[in-house]
Amino acid sequence: MELNEIIKPENLVYTKPELMNDNPMHYCPGCSHGVIHKLIAEVIAEMGMEEKTIGVSPVGCAVFAYNYLDIDWEEAAHGRAPAIATAIKRLNPEKMVFTYQGDGDLAAIGTAETIHAANRGENIVIVFVNNAIYGMTGGQMAPTTLEGMPTATCPYGRNIALNGYPLKIGDLLAQLEGTCLVTRQSVQTAAAVRKAKKMLRKAFENSMAGKGTSVVEFVSTCSSGWKMTPEKSNKWMEENMFPFYPLGDLKNKE
Amino acid sequence: MAEEIKLMKGNEVVAHAAIRYGVDGYFGYPITPQSEILETLMAEMPWETTGMVVLQAESEVAAINMVYGGAGTGKRVMTSSSSPGVSLKQEGISYIAGAELPCLIVNVMRGGPGLGTIQPSQADYFQTVKGGGHGDYRLITLAPSSVQEMADFVGLGFDLAFKYCNPAIILADGIIGQMMEKVVMPPFRPRKTEEEIIAECPWAVQGKTKNRKANVITSLELDPAKMEENNLRFQAKYRKIEENEVRYEEFQCDDAEYLLVAFGSSARICQKVVEIARGEGIKLGLLRPITLWPFPTKAIAAYADKVKGMLSVELNAGQMVEDIRLAVNGKVKVEHFGRLGGIVFTPDEVLNALKEKLF
Repeated sequence: MELNEIIKPENLVYTKPELMNDNPMHYCPGCSHGVIHKLIAEVIAEMGMEEKTIGVSPVGCAVFAYNYLDIDWEEAAHGRAPAIATAIKRLNPEKMVFTYQGDGDLAAIGTAETIHAANRGENIVIVFVNNAIYGMTGGQMAPTTLEGMPTATCPYGRNIALNGYPLKIGDLLAQLEGTCLVTRQSVQTAAAVRKAKKMLRKAFENSMAGKGTSVVEFVSTCSSGWKMTPEKSNKWMEENMFPFYPLGDLKNKE
Repeated sequence: MAEEIKLMKGNEVVAHAAIRYGVDGYFGYPITPQSEILETLMAEMPWETTGMVVLQAESEVAAINMVYGGAGTGKRVMTSSSSPGVSLKQEGISYIAGAELPCLIVNVMRGGPGLGTIQPSQADYFQTVKGGGHGDYRLITLAPSSVQEMADFVGLGFDLAFKYCNPAIILADGIIGQMMEKVVMPPFRPRKTEEEIIAECPWAVQGKTKNRKANVITSLELDPAKMEENNLRFQAKYRKIEENEVRYEEFQCDDAEYLLVAFGSSARICQKVVEIARGEGIKLGLLRPITLWPFPTKAIAAYADKVKGMLSVELNAGQMVEDIRLAVNGKVKVEHFGRLGGIVFTPDEVLNALKEKLF
């Protein structure tokens, strides 16, 4: 088959989502962000909401999310994305608004903004990437770092007596009346990606139906921060992260 | 139409002026002595009439970030607080200035530092006009000295903020916020429509349409050469504001041999000082900066050769006095008189200070 034949629409098995632009991604090999970005791009396009979606990017590895998804964005101060999204949505209720946040952003410095936006039941989607480490600043301890897990600021492993417990912020958010969906997903296998996309779509639909706050947590890897190969990272995640942060819906109000 | 005149507190009138100006959103957190702003807005329920959003945030930090979020969509949004709360907002203010977003902030100052006191003060002058948050930025700073100006500066603040895509701040104090005066209410204006916003603010995040590139509101630029360009653009804008937007008022300055310089409620007290002094045969005038940034540097410098001395009268330990000294550049003696920690001076105290320090 000639190349021109192969790229005919009916022969394509995969295309880059139209909302993803051609900027080279700064994410490390094996990082989950790329796949999660793609899923968001696909869901927005499939819902036909390209011209009505506003994203709020965090401080952390995903600070440059606005370089990759071809929609309007506001870049937040560290942890403040849910407050920013609150105002965007309240002032522009016909828009579809989401935040994209890491574990440090959402569960440490931005805990107050996260909890209160969710408790008010703001009609936004919070995409939460939990890789248990601060990637952007070079692999320091996160609120979600597992017990015994080494990072740059707990080089001998997280010590509960010294550092406290890893924070299951998803479980906490599920307790709030304002959340309608809190789900924990991953993207390390094709099956996981398909399932995650379905929940992401549900979350965005909830936000437009005025059902309250939807939180989609992605248990993710950070090969650079964890100092493992991408393959080893996935295995380590399955063996260590999943038992502590089990996948599935923590809350799914119909 | 006949003027609508009311007797109202400074704080209350800010709320009414915001509704009447067609503000889209107010985000605040209670703190004395300015809680009446949020209380009045909640009681007025403008979401039922103009569609204005009013939200009590979980903190001042959240409130200023809500302002950032709303301003990024091209809406007219504001917040208010008092000194300790405004300290908490500094991070957000720096981001708003860095992203070149228009908004209005109101600081009804109380005594500090720390939790300080709930009594009036003007000790946030430095914080407001010299930066406050991190980085090289400026806030268009309006200092009302009456309830009428509290009303008028809401509209003026938004007009200037949108003209220059820069945050504006009303720097009031506990006296102006709490006192009741006669006020001519500003007229009602409709809120801007989405079409008007898109036409007037092409940078606004309103959903990317096919005919334009994506809009991104950010203060981040990792390339230092580009970040310097951004900063140079800010500075060029600040010079333009300094050139065009200086506002001040002169009171009995024509034949003045001595000059008081005071803003806000201090300026009201100083008017009385001028009257008493003139009764004693002292040729005293008052210059009241209305914009604290841009500062009326040239206007003050022009008096350097005309008067024997200047007294900066402030409810602080001496802040604006530094800008007056920079303006006159050593040509005339400039002294400061202030009371601290929430104490307000009497006219006699000010006059005695003038005699002691300058005669």
